[in-house]
Amino acid sequence: MSANEKPKFAMYWAAACGGCEIAVLNIGEKILDVDANFDVVFWPVAMDAKYKDVEAMPDGYITLTLFNGGIRNKENAEMARLLRRKSKILVSFGSCASEGCIPGLANLSSRQEILDTAYGTLTTDNPDNIRPQYSYAAPEGELHIPEFLPFVQTLDQIVPVDYYIPGCPPESHQIGAVVDLVIQALQGKAQLPPPGSVIGAGGSTVCDDCPRKRHEKKIKEFVRIQQIKPDPDLCLLEQGVPCNGPATRNGCGALCPQAGAQCIGCYGPAEGVTDYGARLITAFASVIDADDPQEIERILDGLPDPVGQFYRFNLAASLLRAAKPAFTGK
Amino acid sequence: MSNRFIPLEPMQPRERIGVYVCHCGSNIAGTVDVAEVRDWAEKRLAHRGVVVARDYKFMCSSLGQELIAKDIKEQGLTRVVVAACSPHLHEQTFRKACQMAGLNPYLCELVSIREQVSWVHTDKHAATDKAKAILSGGVERVMRHTPLEPLHVPIHPATLVVGGGIAGIQAALEIADAGFPVYLVEREPSIGGHMAQFDKTFPTLDCAACILTPRMVSAGNHPNITLLTWSEVTRVDGYVGNFTVTIRKKARYVKEELCTGCGVCQEKCPKRVVDEQYEAGLGFRKACYIPFPQAVPKYPVIDTENCVFFAKGTCKACQKFCPTNAIDYDQKDEYLSVQVGNIILATGYDLFDARRVSQYGYGRLANVFTSLEFERLSNSAGPTNGNIVLRDGVTTPKTVGIIHCVGSRDRNFNNYCSAICCMQSLKFAHLVKERTGATVYNFYIDIRTTAKAYDEFYQRVLEEGTLFVRGKVAEVTDAARKPGEEGKIIIQVEDTLVGKQRRIPVDMVILANGLEPRRDAKEVAKIFGISCSADGWLIEKHPKLDPVATMTEGIYIAGCATGPKDIPSTVAQGAAAAASVLGRIQQGEIALEPVRASVLEERCSGCRICNNLCPFNAITFHEDRMVTSINAALCQGCGTCVAACPAGAITGTAFSNEQIIGQIEGLLMRNLETAPVGAGQA
Ligand SMILES: Cc1cc2nc3c(=O)[nH]c(=O)nc-3n(C[C@H](O)[C@H](O)[C@H](O)COP(=O)(O)OP(=O)(O)OC[C@H]3O[C@@H](n4cnc5c(N)ncnc54)[C@H](O)[C@@H]3O)c2cc1C
Ligand code: SF4
Ligand code: SF4
Repeated sequence: MSANEKPKFAMYWAAACGGCEIAVLNIGEKILDVDANFDVVFWPVAMDAKYKDVEAMPDGYITLTLFNGGIRNKENAEMARLLRRKSKILVSFGSCASEGCIPGLANLSSRQEILDTAYGTLTTDNPDNIRPQYSYAAPEGELHIPEFLPFVQTLDQIVPVDYYIPGCPPESHQIGAVVDLVIQALQGKAQLPPPGSVIGAGGSTVCDDCPRKRHEKKIKEFVRIQQIKPDPDLCLLEQGVPCNGPATRNGCGALCPQAGAQCIGCYGPAEGVTDYGARLITAFASVIDADDPQEIERILDGLPDPVGQFYRFNLAASLLRAAKPAFTGK
Repeated sequence: MSNRFIPLEPMQPRERIGVYVCHCGSNIAGTVDVAEVRDWAEKRLAHRGVVVARDYKFMCSSLGQELIAKDIKEQGLTRVVVAACSPHLHEQTFRKACQMAGLNPYLCELVSIREQVSWVHTDKHAATDKAKAILSGGVERVMRHTPLEPLHVPIHPATLVVGGGIAGIQAALEIADAGFPVYLVEREPSIGGHMAQFDKTFPTLDCAACILTPRMVSAGNHPNITLLTWSEVTRVDGYVGNFTVTIRKKARYVKEELCTGCGVCQEKCPKRVVDEQYEAGLGFRKACYIPFPQAVPKYPVIDTENCVFFAKGTCKACQKFCPTNAIDYDQKDEYLSVQVGNIILATGYDLFDARRVSQYGYGRLANVFTSLEFERLSNSAGPTNGNIVLRDGVTTPKTVGIIHCVGSRDRNFNNYCSAICCMQSLKFAHLVKERTGATVYNFYIDIRTTAKAYDEFYQRVLEEGTLFVRGKVAEVTDAARKPGEEGKIIIQVEDTLVGKQRRIPVDMVILANGLEPRRDAKEVAKIFGISCSADGWLIEKHPKLDPVATMTEGIYIAGCATGPKDIPSTVAQGAAAAASVLGRIQQGEIALEPVRASVLEERCSGCRICNNLCPFNAITFHEDRMVTSINAALCQGCGTCVAACPAGAITGTAFSNEQIIGQIEGLLMRNLETAPVGAGQA
């Protein structure tokens, strides 16, 4: 294979924190395998590139694109469509692209509310009340910034996606394994899973990898981890700590519960789960040990931030996707 | 993420779906533009597989059903969605129509645009939109259905009857006479219910005891009836054909197998107690008592709250005198578990508490009586041997006022008509006249005497000279204002026929207090998994066409538990419930919905959240493999665990996660998205 016949690799960063990019760099010497096996044609974080270069590529030119970040503005959406056209394999990489993640929590608020919070609250130093403008007449000509969309969407709500790699961010060893797999597949030594699959993760839940002992569950109160001295060997949920492990896809190696902290769900919904938060809510509700409505209320008060508890990573991918203010703009 | 149910790319629909929108006369068409819904489905859901959409006046009619059958045959439909009434009403109808035409009945989906749309909305435009959304959900759901076969299970031949009033007795006897076993559970020490307290019954004035006692005795002696008095049902598991019922048999402190019912214990018991139950507070009983002479069974009970031995540790008079040594102070409550195929609830009614209408003075003015008190007063076996006298026990009243509708037809209390009070008040008027010759006034709003021989009875009472005043009584007072009122009770009323206020002094007032649901009706309904109206009356499956069945298969209701009624209707319902049960038993087996849950083991992580949720104990955890499994023979498809499993590892046939999520996506109209929303429009 001559150098310019190598498969083409791209990575793009949309509405995300950048952790996914770091996670890729974190795969260590495997990054050299990427370089050895792929021709990196577009990766704004790592090399200089222009959108017009991508536009100039023939359709399907890029073999593998790792797309991280959700769709927050028009630029994200346009790049999603462009990279879909140009890529053979488009991977929704990380929680933001797959589920909206933390930026997706903004779907509880309308655009106006978000901008007011960012530019107009007491703690903001903005004496002239300057607000972002979509266009600006500069001496050189009219300048534009991309439009801020009404709510965050996931990549697959915009374009069809071939694979998903979950995680916030994906674990480096999992990324490494996926890179290996794709290389093997390209060399005809392995087969890629059917399109639409989740790769670089397990098919069960975090509980499957968690060594803590489990019993039938009866929850009499929810506590925050700092309020108790947790038994190191017992299921956290049974101790009243709202651990999201039961609904969360495995793949991380149950790192948090092993370190004594509850799973917060960064690996997204387990294979059989569509609406992650709804699943967890019914699951937790099923094991609340009370019949009296007031007692139930009291127990539920132990979950002070239900959206944060149940939809921290998942709001934009939930069935409802956004709260009404975000949909209606009111 | 990977579970994107509605793909973005257009795809070839897999199924050929027929959509049928029912007008239900004007029931639906009056509020929903059915033609528009039909057109919309045909155009906008074609890409989801809808190949034919029709609207029709009455889809449930034979012509409507034929439409479906014809399309299945001619157009090769593989799925059917009917947008009409609720599945409770016609799911079976449309499933059968599909089956007749050769389509597996479970490939038909009925969505409700009547109960969920036209009946609850008035804005035609919004209602039409909602009907479209519901239909769209149905289409998404139906394409994820799989063909299923019903499960056949045998029906247990025994029946549980709860409540031993006349309704329960009638039902129990009919079933027992047909040769099948019955458990008759009554929570009082004796069966008989309210009827056992009456002297005469309208309209024929036959003696209540004379017609009731033989029935009670038959029920007590019947070889097919197991009588469990002083007992209550605490738990019901299972489903039609196979209920497991837990019954608490309260301690009587009397060994039934030894007791001969001689009554010596009751005679010797030193403790007299006001009998609030049977004597309506007018008479006494002992702490060890048989509630009334004709009680069935004849065994006494010891009322531990009042028993001297239970309070102070000494006495034991009953034990000393019992010739067969039947008294047992150490007896404990017993819990029995019985298997039955069907259940009839005949728990009757409570009387409206007349104290709540404080202006009528009950509880404050001695000579204001309730209807039940009057029944006891006029009963020849009652505390006064049938002498109708004032509270002093000796004075015969010269003037008596009977007030109808106390607590009924009154927006401050109950809006409904208690149905029996008019006739009961006429009965009282007759008895007072006959026994005392007193002047009797009946104060009524309307006279309702609609059943057989009832109006004739009214005419008879009119002819006997009872005076009728049409008007709602404002007040009953002992504050005399005029000469002639001293020492009397004065009834203040607007006589609406003469159009003036009247004050009528009387010696005795009888309040026709209405009938109310049992105070514990809601808890009882919950035990049996049926529903009550907001008032608390048990709800029938259909008020006209299925008055003794309930929405829960295998649970029937009869008598005043479903609403106020007289003895003839109560008995008719008891018999009707028995006939329905007998029909079921005769079938031998029943076809059940093939809805069952199962665990996909590879998705189960053994989190154990589901482990103690199953009401039928169908769930087992395998410690060795750290996975959970469900026993299909025990699972009843209630869905509790399906909802609870956080891993989505449990799925239910006919209610799979895919079906439900598909339906939700459809409701949200995501299936119409050619381009995604939000950024997609950008
Ligand atoms: C004052 C008065 C006079 C009347 N006079 C006449 C008349 O002359 N003619 C006429 O046709 N109708 C008359 N009626 C109406 C008549 O009382 C009813 O139609 C009839 O008694 C209804 O019978 P039932 O079996 O449905 O209920 P009930 O008689 O109330 O019997 C219900 C039985 O169920 C038992 N029970 C309740 N809950 C439970 C439970 N959870 N577990 C176990 N057991 C339970 C109760 O202890 C009771 O024994 C009169 C009503 C009143 C109030
Ligand atoms: S659906 Fe689940 S909870 Fe319900 S009966 Fe079946 S196994 Fe039990
Ligand atoms: S709730 Fe689901 S994952 Fe947990 S043990 Fe039950 S079946 Fe398994």
